[in-house]
Order: sequence, then C-alpha cells, then structure tokens
Amino acid sequence: MHLTPSGLAVPGPSRRTLLRGIGGAAALGAGIPLLSACGGSGTAADPKSVTLGSKASDPVPKKAFAEIYAAYKKKSGITVDVNTKDSNTFQEQINSYLQGTPDDVFTWFAGYRMQFFAAKGLASPIDDVWKTIQGNFPEAMQKLSKGEDGKYYFVPLYTYPWALFYRKSVFAEKGYEVPTTWDQLIALCKQMKKDGLTPIAFGDKDAWPALGTFDQINFRKNGYDFHVELMAGKASWTDAKVKSAFDLWAELLPYHQEGAVGRTWQDAAQTLVSKKAGMYLLGTFVAQQFTNKDDLDDLDFFAFPEIDPAYGQDTVEAPTDGFMMSKSPKNKAEAVKLLEFLGTTEAEDIYLKADPSVVHAASGADTSSYTPLQKKAYEMIAGAKSLTQFMDRDSRPDFTSTVMQPSLQKFIRDPKGIDSLLSSIERQKKTIFASS
Amino acid sequence: MTKTDTTPEKSGNPEAAVPPPGSAHAPAKKPATGHKRLLTKRDRLVLGVMAGLPTVLHVLLVWVTALASILLAFTTWDGIGFDSIKWVGLENFKELFTNNPQFWPAVEHNVVWFVVLILIPTPMGLFLAVQLDKKIRFSRVYQTAFFLPVVLSMAVIGFVWQLVYNPDTGLINSLIGANEPGKYIDWIGDPDLNLWAVLIAASWRHTGYMMILYLAGLKGVDPSLREASSLDGANEWQTFKNVIFPTLRPTNTVVLVVTIIEALRAFDLVFVFNGGAQGTELLSILVTSNIIGESSRIGYGSAIAVVLLLISLVVIIPYLISTFRKERRA
Repeated sequence: MHLTPSGLAVPGPSRRTLLRGIGGAAALGAGIPLLSACGGSGTAADPKSVTLGSKASDPVPKKAFAEIYAAYKKKSGITVDVNTKDSNTFQEQINSYLQGTPDDVFTWFAGYRMQFFAAKGLASPIDDVWKTIQGNFPEAMQKLSKGEDGKYYFVPLYTYPWALFYRKSVFAEKGYEVPTTWDQLIALCKQMKKDGLTPIAFGDKDAWPALGTFDQINFRKNGYDFHVELMAGKASWTDAKVKSAFDLWAELLPYHQEGAVGRTWQDAAQTLVSKKAGMYLLGTFVAQQFTNKDDLDDLDFFAFPEIDPAYGQDTVEAPTDGFMMSKSPKNKAEAVKLLEFLGTTEAEDIYLKADPSVVHAASGADTSSYTPLQKKAYEMIAGAKSLTQFMDRDSRPDFTSTVMQPSLQKFIRDPKGIDSLLSSIERQKKTIFASS
Repeated sequence: MTKTDTTPEKSGNPEAAVPPPGSAHAPAKKPATGHKRLLTKRDRLVLGVMAGLPTVLHVLLVWVTALASILLAFTTWDGIGFDSIKWVGLENFKELFTNNPQFWPAVEHNVVWFVVLILIPTPMGLFLAVQLDKKIRFSRVYQTAFFLPVVLSMAVIGFVWQLVYNPDTGLINSLIGANEPGKYIDWIGDPDLNLWAVLIAASWRHTGYMMILYLAGLKGVDPSLREASSLDGANEWQTFKNVIFPTLRPTNTVVLVVTIIEALRAFDLVFVFNGGAQGTELLSILVTSNIIGESSRIGYGSAIAVVLLLISLVVIIPYLISTFRKERRA
C-alpha cells in the first residue's frame, strides 16, 4: 500500500494512528511541540550520521530503502539514521512533524504537496544539490522538483504511471484491439458488455481512485495547462470545459463496475485478475494484486485514449516519490551529500532491484533488468510531454479530501446532478483557496 | 471533539475524589488544636499535589483545549505556525450552514442515530433483560452471548460487519446472490442503504449494553412488589406495565443519557466502515476529516466541533439541572 496515491483518503488507518491524530488536533497549540518531539531523534548532531524520516513502513519499500542507505554507508562512512513511521501516520502528522524537530532529510511526494511545505518555509531549498545531480534527470522531473519560487526542494527517486490495465489473454481470445481514441474505447466497452464482461473495473470506497479517472478524462479533453490551472484553484469548476469532461465521464460510467463506492481498489483489481473485468484504470501498483506469476505476465496496459487530437496522449499521470530536506537540518553538510547520492542513478538502481513495481525517475537508468511492464511504464513516462502527479498531489489536499472526494463519489452515484454539484464544488473551492 | 467526550464524564472527574482521604486523615492526628491546625504541613502538601495536579491537568486538557477550539472556530488556520491564524468572525459558520453539502446530512444522521437506538435496540435490550431476569435455563449463556458485542470496540465491530456487508464477497450478498450485475446490492456504497446497514451493526452492540443496564435495574426491584401484584391477580404483562416498569425510572434516565451520548459520539464504527462517505456522514467524522491531515482546516473543523458541542449542551444541561434538583430535594 505504499503506493497509495492519496495521502488523505487513507483506507482505514489504524485506530492508534487516528487517536494520535485527534490528540494532536485537540491539543492544538500546546500539543504541537509535544507531539512532534517524538518525531525527531532528539540527540545532538553526530557528524558521522544523518537522520532521515521515512514513511516507507511496508516491508518491500522499507527493505529497498534500507539497502540504499547501507550502500551509502559503505561508500561514505556516514550512517543514515532512519526513523520509519507508519506511512498513513507520517502523512497525517507531516504538518506538526516538520514544525517540531524533524529529521534532516525526509521522504515525500512531488507536486503541490511538496510546494505547499516549501512555500510555508518548512523545507530547505536544495539548489546546491541540484547543481550536482541536474544531469541525471529529464526536464520534466527537474520541473517537478521545483517549488513555486523556482528553487529546488525535492529529489525524485521513483515514479509510476496511471493507465488502463488489461489481460493480454482476454484481448487475444476475444480479438479486442487496444483503443486509441474515445470512440474506440466506447465501442470496446460495448463489445465487452455484450461478451458478458464488466468493461471497466472500479472501486472507489477509499474515495481517491475516482480522482484518477477524472484527471485522465480532463487532461485528454482540455489539456495539461487547463489541468494545472484547475488544480491550482485558478480555473473555475463551473467552466464549460469541466462540464464537458464530466459529460464524457457520464458517457463512460455505465461501463464501469456496479457499486463502486462500496468496493476497495484491491477488490476491484481482483475482478481483473479473475478475468471478469476487461480493463482497469489505475497506477502500476495494481500489479501487486497479481500474486500468481502467470497472471502477472499476462498483465499489460495502454495509455488512456485520445479525446481531443490537439492534446493527443501527450500527458501522463506519473506520481513521483522522493526526498526533501527539513528547514534547519542538524547536519546540513552531510544531508546535502546524502541527497546528492539519492539523486544518482546508482541509488535508484538499488531501490528498483528490491521493489520492481515502480520505475526510475532518473534518465539513463539501467532498464536491462526491467520487466516488460516496467519497460513500458518507463517508455510511457520518458515519452510524455507533460507529467501530472495526481489530483491530491497537484492540488490542495484539504480541498481534494474534503470537497472533491465526496463530490466525485456523489457523481458516480448520480451523474445527472452534475450542474448543481459543480457549482457546489466551485463555491467550496473559493473559500478553501481564499483561506491561506 | 474534546468536548463531547468529556462533558458527560464531568461528574467523574478526579477532583471530586480527592478531598476525603485528606480530611478523613487529619482529625485523627491533631484533634486538640481546634480547626485552625487541622492539617500538618505534610498533609497540606500531599493534599495540594493530589488535588492540584489533577486540577491542572483537567484545566489544561479539558478547559483550555475546549476554549481554544471555540476561539479557533472563528478563525482560519492551517496548523502551521501561530502567525497564520486569521480572524474571520462567523465566516466558518456561514460556510458550514449554507455551503457544505455534508453538514446537514451529518446533523440529520446524528438525529437518526439517536432515534433508531432509542426505538429499536433499547426496547430489545429491555425485553431480553426481562426474559433473563426470569432465571430461565442457560440464562448466563444468553447473557454472555448478548453482552459479548459490548466488549468489542466499535472499530472492531466495524471490521466484522464489513465482512458481512461487503458487496462482492460479503456474507449477505453471497447468500442471496446479490453480487451479480443487475441484482447488485451495494450495502456500503449506496446512500439509501448504508446508514441502515451501519445502524444494524450499532444496534447489535447497543442491545447488549441496554440489556445489562436493565438487568441491573431489574435486580433492584423489590421481590415483594411482584408478590403483591400477583396476589392482586395481575397477569405478567400487567405486572410489568404497572409495577415493574415504573420502578425502573432511574434506569430509564441512565439509558436515555447513555443513548444520547452514543448517538452524539458515533464515529469509530462509521469511520472504519466507509469513512463517512455519502449516506453515512456524521458530525464527528466531519470534524476529523477537516482537522487531521497535512494541510488541515483547523478553524473550519473547530466550527463543526462547536456545533457538536452546542448540541451536546442542549441535551446534557437539562439532564444536569434535573439531577441537581433531585439531589437538592433529597
């Protein structure tokens, strides 16, 4: 679950997490220093070590990260003192964590979510790191790593695209062809329905998967620039462009799996595994649900079809994870060196060897050991004109979690009420974006 | 948030329990010196710490935070640094009442929650208690079975019932074949169904809770009353209606208060069930979803908490008044 694109719509955080969160919120002013005190290591700076706060609590990524740090120690003699927290807890507490005594370096996401903390002065600009590592990354990744002020704040490690997944054997058996335009997609859905398949698997119980569907339709229909404006709160949700994206979605909705709001993405993925569904729109982490090797080899994907020829398939949604440096690291010199190492292809190679469900953020990566799925994902990202993150990483998380997630769940249930829904979204958006 | 959980327990706060040991202790030590030197220095120190520490904690953790929440309800704050707190007056409330599509459903669901709990599991619990009170065979087994859900935490109950309601693989849909396209019943996602689905789970637990309360109440009923009514020729129903039930009045008050509290603090069950999605919105969940997170709307969340606080006060104050009035009379 480390790849959950959403930080907020967490599928059932543990009760302890929750209580701690509430405790933090309730204790308000008095609580913040207290709470965050448990986050940092608290000890005086040891010149031979750098502290690192990690949200990688699941076994596979945790081990993969540990191997990077071990390699770094071998190379430089510097210990990376890792402070791992449950990933949901880490995301919920990031706010008070960064205000207290955070670790020197911490794991985080690219996009608005990174820029937000940068703009609040809770992270250090790392332009000096980028002087060294700039050549390792394609331009799209460089752009992603900058704050609103144009300075660098982020070192990307890995990324993964969103796409429509399908099973090669099903497509071969029924003679389906990969659709490249909207009309072909609708025609394929109709055919699948006739053949007794659920055309598109769908589970939106955790409320974030639907954000991904909207993103795809929106930037195919209205282009990358409009997506950015809309996410930044600049474009209006009552704009005819948004309405047209929702109209398209309403056209596609009847081909989605019934009862999506009550189903988790894992359960939805199972219908693709069992060949009951023809396609599934999700990130490559859907592969985690294919536990049988033969099934996994049968899994393939294609980019969301073109809607407006002016934009084609030039945008790829590719959430990117990486590292940031806290506002006043105890051991800044070593933190910079560590980040320089993390920005190398070498560090990425180590990570990917242990966690093959994602791909390199750096260019010139060693793709020889990639699975066919990874190769395809890498090519898709490398060939993209623009990369988006995900709605809850490209926009204010408080807006996406309290307004967009419930609104899209409502839309899925009742696509006809779209006009009043959009004006309600717009009204709420105005207050939230005006608040700070 | 803080408020709803703590208000009802005010009567049980630690200060009340502190003075007796000290005062009971002192006279035995220095009986002769009159009332001026009742306590030794050590006694006073102990008393000070015993009463003072809880008081400080109580004031800090209950009153200061509650008042801070009320103040914050009139501001916007993203939780980062104190200088980002901005005074906005009644803006949060205006936004809440006119512009939040989840607010009124949440209020409604809290009310529905109360009405359902008082109308279904409460009479059920009373019924079970009356039956068990008759000392039928295996009554202890039944008692344990019905009380078992109360021992579980609401979060666990949420997980258990999710397995029952899961629309694809859950018990109900698998049994009745409602997990196929066309006949699909989405217990968790359908806003017309999910509230009732959750309420059944809540009632399952509440019944046991009520049963135990009433059972305790029934144990306190004087057996001679039953005897007298049977001598007067009353049948079982008449005895219950005219003799037993009226004597359960104090229990009924407790039941009412407990049920109101359960309805207002409803949270964990729904949170694990579907996170308060469409159809199951609750005030407590709105508070949480606005306050917790990486860039939170603490002012706005506090405004919802204040609404919840006001509703709690409207319910609790009359109860406290009537309780105190009774005490004064006695």
